[in-house]
Parts: sequence; structure tokens; C-alpha cells
Amino acid sequence: MIADLLAWLTNPEHWRGAGGVPAQTLLHLYYCVVSVGTAMLIAVPLGLYIGHTGRGATAVVAVSNAMRALPTLGLVTMLVLIFGLGDTPALAGLVILAIPAILAGTCAGVDSVPSDIVDAARGMGMTSIQRLWRVELPNALPLLIGGVRSAMLQVVATATVAAYVNLGGLGRILLDGLAVGHYEQMAAAALFIALLAVAVDLVLAGISRLVVPRGLALAAEANRDGS
Amino acid sequence: MLEFRSVRKQYENGTVAVQELSMSAETGTITVLVGPSGCGKTTLMRMVNRMIEPSSGAVLVDGTDVREFDAARLRRGIGYVIQQAGLFPHRTVLDNVATVPLLSGCRRREARTRAAELLDRVGLPADLGRRYPAQLSGGQQQRVGVARALAADPPVLLMDEPFSAVDPVVRAGLQDELLRLQEELGKTVLFVTHDIDEAIKLGEKVAVLRQGGHLAQYAEPDALLAEPADDFVTSFVGRDRGYRRLSFRDSRRLRPEATDTVHIGDTSADVPSRAGWVLVLDAHRRPRGWLPPEAAVDGQLTEDQLVAGGSLHVEGTSLRGALDSALSAPSGLGVVVDGDGGYVGVVTARQVLDLIEEHRSSVTAEGVAP
Amino acid sequence: MIEELLRFFASPGYREMTLTLLGEHVYLSLTPLVLGALLALPLGRLAQRHHRLRGPILGAASVVYTIPSLALFVLIPGVLGTPLLSPINVIIALALYTAALLMRPVLDALESVPGHVTAAATAMGYRPWRRFVAVELPLAIPVLISAVRMASVSNISLVSVGALIGIGGLGGLFTDGFERRYMVEILVGIVLTLLLALVVDLVLVGLRKLLTPWSRASKVVSEP
Repeated sequence: MIADLLAWLTNPEHWRGAGGVPAQTLLHLYYCVVSVGTAMLIAVPLGLYIGHTGRGATAVVAVSNAMRALPTLGLVTMLVLIFGLGDTPALAGLVILAIPAILAGTCAGVDSVPSDIVDAARGMGMTSIQRLWRVELPNALPLLIGGVRSAMLQVVATATVAAYVNLGGLGRILLDGLAVGHYEQMAAAALFIALLAVAVDLVLAGISRLVVPRGLALAAEANRDGS
Repeated sequence: MLEFRSVRKQYENGTVAVQELSMSAETGTITVLVGPSGCGKTTLMRMVNRMIEPSSGAVLVDGTDVREFDAARLRRGIGYVIQQAGLFPHRTVLDNVATVPLLSGCRRREARTRAAELLDRVGLPADLGRRYPAQLSGGQQQRVGVARALAADPPVLLMDEPFSAVDPVVRAGLQDELLRLQEELGKTVLFVTHDIDEAIKLGEKVAVLRQGGHLAQYAEPDALLAEPADDFVTSFVGRDRGYRRLSFRDSRRLRPEATDTVHIGDTSADVPSRAGWVLVLDAHRRPRGWLPPEAAVDGQLTEDQLVAGGSLHVEGTSLRGALDSALSAPSGLGVVVDGDGGYVGVVTARQVLDLIEEHRSSVTAEGVAP
Repeated sequence: MIEELLRFFASPGYREMTLTLLGEHVYLSLTPLVLGALLALPLGRLAQRHHRLRGPILGAASVVYTIPSLALFVLIPGVLGTPLLSPINVIIALALYTAALLMRPVLDALESVPGHVTAAATAMGYRPWRRFVAVELPLAIPVLISAVRMASVSNISLVSVGALIGIGGLGGLFTDGFERRYMVEILVGIVLTLLLALVVDLVLVGLRKLLTPWSRASKVVSEP
């Protein structure tokens, strides 16, 4: 079994060309970045607006909770039946699945900014927009990025599943292995998928460290020590 | 001058926060709004920088209705300090202080230089500027909050319970610091608190507000203690009014007298043969404690042979401190010191009381109400 | 649309298949929920007692949670030697997710039990494990149940991915519907999945009320 897996991994055939591991990994990554990026373009401004004005916050929580129960395979198969085979319907499914987590993270982030800080910003003469950009957004970043991370996890997993509706990526290698009954190929693909997910999450964690203002990290630390 | 002209605030649910209230705060003085929670003091204060708009009436700053200014621009010209300091956790201390100058279009370098000066002014070391709020103590955060409010050099300063979240010792320090700053800067300060002692200590005039936003009394602190306008103010001002009023009587006419003293390290030969208490000083003539009558001194006099002294009265400060020094001393003799803490003399409670009586009869003789 | 739905349920074949798949879905999602919770409790207790184990246990949980479900379904037979197309793989994978998801809340819940309560229990003569079961666990129930609710929603949604390797409960309706190009079948699958998630969630809320009668009592007392 291990020997079969090693044989598959060391076969140069599997590392070359459009169907090879490197190309499919890049394609998988490309789908994830494009769909999470698109979801961010929609969800972050919307979340900032909702968090800043407080309008519709309850609806966001309800919808994003309900969306967690939505079966991803059902969503992508349905979208492809409605819009036809091709990358776009499947990617649209990934975007739809990524939005709730980012939206909820952004809203919760803005909502979590202590009211005395917002009050101080107002009292010092910041306009509504200045308050949003200079105070609420930077302070919302930890939770906002947390939302992006969980959206990314969801999308990496669903992009794998979407190979069923002919999307490329590492899921393609796995399902092709299933179709011809080669477990070693499935296991190799599963291994790469798991590694990719862990790596992407680590990269986002690193980005989070870079982007979140140092003062906030210190404040969180102080809170932990205090409790 | 800050002026409230029959302002009233009623919320949509019908609660009245401020009821037809008129008063004015003099330029260059600290005016305190004090009262129990729900008395509308914060609401009243927030009308000045338009954080709350009155339902009717007007607020005027130097004769101009605040509604004539753009709200954000108005606020940049009015310093604002709140209870938890409200520092921005994502910005360094220096950038927190530089916020308003930057908003008003100041260059970054200029704003930071100004911010560094202000940190110094509120008594914080310069290297604190690079830290983040989470790395400061509560008292330090509050000082930064004051520095931030002063950054644009606003003529008016609003302070909403700025010291109520810190412990009593730190609070007293911050209050003294504010009084010192105010002597240098002469801002028009509107200060909100629920603590009557804080109001009396800081306010040149104090407005006592009652639940529902009524102005119960607006007077100088001494007058507030001497003649509370009604039962509400009497009970709010609290106990020991007469004693606390002594805070406003200076002790310049008090004449300290000499008493027997010895120094730490003296031998038994130096200790005067005596029937009473002997005050013990250190090498800098600062009082260390008392030697009880009939106490035997073997060899050199050391600290552990002493009985702790009472509070010290600094020359020229209030009679309250003078009386307390006499009452708290084991010998019944209040120790008077100079500004550097050096021994000057002692006073008895009788001397202080005589001075109070003398003052009363002179005031009555002049025909002024007691 | 409604007409087509009626036609779907009018067919005895589809009706029977849907019911079978629904039953399978319940079994495949709830068994791992129980197993995962039973796994998370002792692990949480270990992490709480031994600070050295905390980091590794929480780290492992977050890695497990990161691995996509389809990959985990495929990797488990390789590691444990179970048959590839066996329901046991899905159950084990979902149990691991449940445990991973519960790890942090279990730890937080156990640590949130006030020190004076555990001290009082010790003073009354409880032994550590007995105290854990009799005092700390009941007090942690509200936090535990809200974490179990999250895990149940996640499990119910994930089971259908198993349809790609032939064991997926209602997910079978998605693969079957996709191959037949039959939209209604997929829609029924989605709606039933959402309904199942809702029902289980309501049951868990009821369970919490049943298990923590004191939380209602204390609310009454604390009202002014």
C-alpha cells in the first residue's frame, strides 16, 4: 500500500503537463484565490456598511448561520444544472459559499470595536468616513481576517468536491483515481489536498500577523493574561 | 464663555434628560457638573460639542451658537476626555496624541513633535510615546487621554468622568496634575463627575444636578458647603460639611510654635529630660515620628523606638490639613513643615479652632451673613 | 415547480429512496457527533490538567479541522486499513471533525468553572474524576451544547460529500440528480438537509434546557 503510493508519487508522468500535480495544485489555488477574492470584494464593503450603521446585522447573523448548513455538493450540482457545465457556475458556487463567513467576520469585527473608542473618535471630530477607515476598519481586522480564513478553508474543500462537476484542480486527480479504482492515486491527491489546505491556512495566519496592527495584538495578549 | 440657554433634552421615548436649564461657565476656569447617575450631567456636557443636540434652547461658545459650526470641525476645536480614556488600541501613544492635529491638516512630523511636547507636559516620559495603549497602566492611559485632548490647543476642554476608573491614590495624583496644568494653561474646562469631593477639589464653580436634569444649585464650592440650597444638595454634599469647608480657609494667620526636638542617631545624653512628647527629625530636619513621654533611650536613637506621627501640615495650605495634623498626631501637636518637608513648628487643635472663631466674629462684625 | 415536486414524491421509488437516504444521513451525522463529543471530553480534561499537552492537543485539532472532508474520507482507509467504500470512514472522519471543533470550547468551558466551586467540591471530599463528572461537567454544559450545535450543523452538511465515494446519505440525491440532470431531486436533497439541521438544532436547544434546569432558575432570581 505504502509502496504503491510511493510508486505513484515517484512516477515522473504524474508531475508533468496540464494533468500533473504541480499544474493542478496551481489551478486549485487559482480557483480558491479568485473566489475568495471576489467574495471579499462583495462581503467586506457590505460588512463594513452593516457594522458601521448597525442596519441589518440580525439578518446577516441569521443568513450566515443558515448557510453553514447548506450542503456544498448540492449547491454546485444545482448551479451547474441551471447554468450548464463550465468553470463559471462552479466558481459562482464557491463565491456564494465564501461570502457568509467573510460577511459575518467583518460585521462582528466592526461590532467588536469598543464603544468608548468610537465615541472618542467622534468627539475628536472625525467624520463618519474617517471613523470607519481610521478606527473601525483597523480594529475590525483580527475578526475580519478570521472570517477570510474560515471562508478559505471552506473554499479549498469545496473546490475539491467541485471536481465532480468537471472543475479542475487536485480533486480532479482524486476523482479520476476513484473512477479507475486506483487507490494510490486517490490517496496521493488527498495528501496534497490536505497539505495545500494546511499551507494556505498558515499563509493566511502569517498575513494576519503582518496586517493586524501591533497595538491590537498587544491588547489581546494583555486581555488573555488578565483573565 | 460657555453658555447654556434654557436647553432641554427629551428623548423619543419621552424621558427628559435635561429640563430647561440655563447656566454659563466662565472662560479660563474649571466648572464642574456633578450629580447622581441619570441627572443629565453627561448629556448637558455632550451638547457643547454637538455629540447630542438639544431638543430646544441653545448652547453658545463665546457668544456663537454651536449649531453654526460644522459638527466635526467644532469637535476638533474642543478637547474631549472620557472615562476609559478611549485611546485607539491600534495606534502608538504618540500617534494617539497627534490625532486631532493630523485631522486638522497638520504635517505628520509637526504633529508628532507637538505630541511629544504634550506627553512631557502631562508628566509622561518621552519613550512612552512609542508604546501602545495596552502597555500602559490605567493612570498613564488617562494622562495620554488628557494630552490627546490638549493636542490641538483647544480653548475649551470637556472631561467626562475622566478619573473615575482609576484607583483612589492614582486619582488624587491625576487631580493634582490637572490643577497644575490648568494653572499653566488656563483652559475653559467643563468637568463631569458623580464624586462630590472631586467636584469640590477641582471646581472653581460647581453645578449640582438632580435626577431629571434640574439644576439644583450653581455656586462656588465653599458656598455649596456653607449654604446648600435644598435638602437634595444637603444630602448630596454629604456629611462633615463644616469640616470639609475648612479646605477653603488658608492657614497663613496660623502661628506655629516650637517644641522639643531630637535627631535620629542622637544619644540618650542629647534627649532632653522632659515630661512630654518629643518630635524626632532626620538629618534633613524632616519629621520622622514622636518619642513618647518617659521613654528610655539606650545608646543611639533609632527609628524603631518611635511612635508614628500624624499627617503633616504644609505651611500656608488649608486649615483642614492643619486641624487634621493636630488631631492625628499622638502628641496632639500638629507638625507644620515647609514646602520641602522641613520642620517649621507645631500647632494645636485649639489654635486652629481659635482662628476659625476669630474669622467668624470678624465676618459677622462686617455684617456679612455667616 | 410544485407540480414537479408532487410528481417526485408521488413516485414510490423516489419516495422510498429518499427515506432510506434520510435515515442513512441521520445515522452518518449523529453517530460521529456522539463519538466526537466522547473523544473531546477526556482530551479536553487532559489539556486542562497538563499544560504541556495543551499546545499539541489544540494544534492537532486545528490541523484536523483544516483538512478538507473528501481528502479525509480517502486518507482514513489508508491509515486504518478500513475498506475504501465503507461508512466507517465517513463516521470516523466526522467524529474527528466534531472532536476538533469541540476541543477549544470544551477547554474554555472547563476552565470557566469558577475556582471557588471546584475548591468547595474538593473540600466536600470529591475525588478528582468524580468531581469532574459531578461538578465541572454539568456547569460546562451550556458552552458544550452550543459547540455541539455548531458541530451538528457542520456534520449534517458534510455527510453529503461522502456521496462522491458512495456513502453520503442525502448526498446520494445530488449525485443521482446530477447524473439524471434531474433538478428537483437535488433541490429535495438540499431542503431536507437544511430541515434536518434545523430539527437537530432545536432538539439540542431542548436538551440544554432539560439538562440545565438551574440556568432558568437563576435567571428568575437575578431579575430585579
